[in-house]
Amino acid sequence: MARMKFLCDAERCIECNGCVTACKNENEVPWGVNRRRVVTINDGVVGAEKSISVACMHCSDAPCMAVCPVDCFYRTDEGVVLHDKDLCIGCGYCFYACPFGAPQFPQAGAFGLRGKMDKCTFCAGGPEKDLSKEEFAKYGSNRLAQGKLPACAEMCSTKALLGGDGDVIADIYRQRVLKRGKGSEVWGWGTAYGKPDQKPAAQAGAKS
Amino acid sequence: MKTRLIVAGAVLAITAGFAGCGEREQVIVYKQGKYQGKPDTKPWENDPGASLYTSSKWNKGDQASWEAALRARNQNQTEYSRVQ
Repeated sequence: MARMKFLCDAERCIECNGCVTACKNENEVPWGVNRRRVVTINDGVVGAEKSISVACMHCSDAPCMAVCPVDCFYRTDEGVVLHDKDLCIGCGYCFYACPFGAPQFPQAGAFGLRGKMDKCTFCAGGPEKDLSKEEFAKYGSNRLAQGKLPACAEMCSTKALLGGDGDVIADIYRQRVLKRGKGSEVWGWGTAYGKPDQKPAAQAGAKS
Repeated sequence: MKTRLIVAGAVLAITAGFAGCGEREQVIVYKQGKYQGKPDTKPWENDPGASLYTSSKWNKGDQASWEAALRARNQNQTEYSRVQ
């Protein structure tokens, strides 16, 4: 069974923000909400600068799901983490729990009042009728229901951002690393897809 | 006869008006750790031709063929298969 994942190749990302633009355009995301963004570290340092495209990674053991007080999150059969905006109360707990800063909150009134949470859906829509106007208005485009992959990954000019079946994109990445002989570190995969059933080794003297 | 019709009409209108005052259950009884939102449909349950510009082909309702179509599309993300 397919398990959808994102993978960003820091050796290839050129900080063009094409993925950000593709996401904004595909899902008609409002101003102030960025489902995807490009983060650059060591900016301006020759040889050490790296850019990474970041969005919801659709974690295996998603912390947003764990902390949501109204349980508005669910995981699809393909491993995509989605949420029901009709249930969301905009409390912001998921934002604090997410290691990737994925949940976004549009301003919904005066005094910085938070609206319902918005985040990357892996272009899989949400809990409304597939390809309907309601689904698009609330959650954006449903490309998976059209047999397509997320717009950000498909639009990436250098193919730094890979999105799709985890096994397939891992194979593509492995082939790349073997060809170039460097840059095998996959940013964020340990955090997002690490095995939650593997408990860390007990430290001597630590409290249980 | 006409008066009766008017009275019947008025009664109907009043009944319909009061029906709007009825209260529906609006509070969700939450069960800890259980998603109780709307159910979502599976992507492979859609017709491949349900949307414009759909290039992938699969059999409606067949998960395996949908996954195969996506895996084939995934290969567009590797240039080594094109360059060699």
